[in-house]
Amino acid sequence: MRKVAVVGVGMTKFSGKQDKTCVELFGEAAMDAINESNLKPKDIQALFVGNVLGDFSEGQGQPQAFAADYIGAFNVPANKYENACASASAAARDAFIWVASGFYDIVLAGGTETAAKMGTPLATRTFAMGSDSRYEYPAGITFPGVFAMLTHLYAKKHSMPLEKLKRQMALVSTNSHHYGALNPKAHLQKEITLHDVLNSFMVCQPLQLYDCCPFSDGASAIVLASEEKARKLTDKPVYIAGVGQASAGNLLSQKDYLPRIRSRELSAKQAYDMAGLSPNDIDVCELHDCFSMATIIALEGLGFFEFGKASEAVERGETKIGGKIAVNPSGGLKAKGHPIGATGTAQVYDIVEQLRGKCGERQVEGAKIGMTDTLGGDGGTIVNLILKRGW
Amino acid sequence: MLSFKDYNEALKQNKLLGLKCKQCGTITVPPKITCGQCAGTDLDVVELSGKGEIQTFTTVFVPPEEREAEAPYIIVLVQLDEGPWIMGNLTGIEPDKATMEIMGKRVKMGHSVFAGDKYSAGDGARPLFSFET
Repeated sequence: MRKVAVVGVGMTKFSGKQDKTCVELFGEAAMDAINESNLKPKDIQALFVGNVLGDFSEGQGQPQAFAADYIGAFNVPANKYENACASASAAARDAFIWVASGFYDIVLAGGTETAAKMGTPLATRTFAMGSDSRYEYPAGITFPGVFAMLTHLYAKKHSMPLEKLKRQMALVSTNSHHYGALNPKAHLQKEITLHDVLNSFMVCQPLQLYDCCPFSDGASAIVLASEEKARKLTDKPVYIAGVGQASAGNLLSQKDYLPRIRSRELSAKQAYDMAGLSPNDIDVCELHDCFSMATIIALEGLGFFEFGKASEAVERGETKIGGKIAVNPSGGLKAKGHPIGATGTAQVYDIVEQLRGKCGERQVEGAKIGMTDTLGGDGGTIVNLILKRGW
Repeated sequence: MLSFKDYNEALKQNKLLGLKCKQCGTITVPPKITCGQCAGTDLDVVELSGKGEIQTFTTVFVPPEEREAEAPYIIVLVQLDEGPWIMGNLTGIEPDKATMEIMGKRVKMGHSVFAGDKYSAGDGARPLFSFET
């Protein structure tokens, strides 16, 4: 298996509802990534594109084919990945595997979504399609509903008063907004206070509005190249040192593990083992904070903190820049935004920018190794990538 | 083999069907083509008690499209006496009054039917739990 590097990244500003189509957004991100790689569209041998709801939001099926044509990568093979919110990460992992195998030398992976366009009722409905349509949706399940139930389960399992846990969860959101306010590409560029979080309206008890990420429009893209090609294209290649992916059935089938997400623990172990690294080696992590509670669960599942201890670690500031592990210095899904099909490679974008030292006030000083964590549905897909400076 | 259609029709009669694995004895519900524990394929259809204990819950205040008239509503995950967890709704308490106090409470199953929307390919019954005492 060959070494594979990220040689260029691109990302649109994430936003609420906007006029651009999912193909146009993807084109913007893709052209940035291609230009940054010192390549032309004709150099791209294949496209791997995450997109979940183009059909619902714009009536657009197979956007990947139109995206390839739109950017001038004429007639190249183009595949769409639908792994709910982990779509672009699954696309990136497969793109990695194809380059590592030697079949391709240079490919583009990315994702695009216009989720905000749908409005809250339809977006809530279509996101819930990532749950089990036959055995869960009839009860009216929504994604905030899933993490609301996991919050109660977590509080009970760890004998933690709910009020205390909720305050610690609120700090996850205020941290994300703090960094989001410094990120010019973030959807929500404003600070919020603990008071704002705890007084926002109830979405699914006990999760309030500011425990939840927004519905966003946006796109992201990364160019992957074999080591040999990468050395010719850039003096700052970022190597993909480890990848992991796992699946799981509906929430009910995960009963022996909840509120832990077993698929994450399996995926992360694959990535750590492949990279020959442990959680202590990670300098910066962009993890899947679709809800404040999701961050707590991810921090433990990725091995950064012991089970039942992550919320206290957040309270002690250990997840801030300068803490034990810098978490979501981009603002995360909460503040940077969550255009679901684009989120995974947007996380890679941010890690690459961190490793290159380009994040200004949000910079994790001296970051050499970064990790992404992307959750699709309620554990149905998890993908982890570990990225390493190549200079 | 227990199809969604047969499971759904039984639930509309207040009967909760599951599958018992002849190899390891585990009960699988909702139904799958293999045992949820050992992936064995020799499974008997069995009727379950519909009784169990609330493991966790939420009250949904922001519903999906076309479910607005139902909100707020309580969703519960119940561990059945036979072992599996199942998702349903809870009646017998005001939705905005539910707290973690209900976790661990025993419940029994009834049902109600989600009539379906333009995406759902028909209706779907779901367990509607109420407190046992």
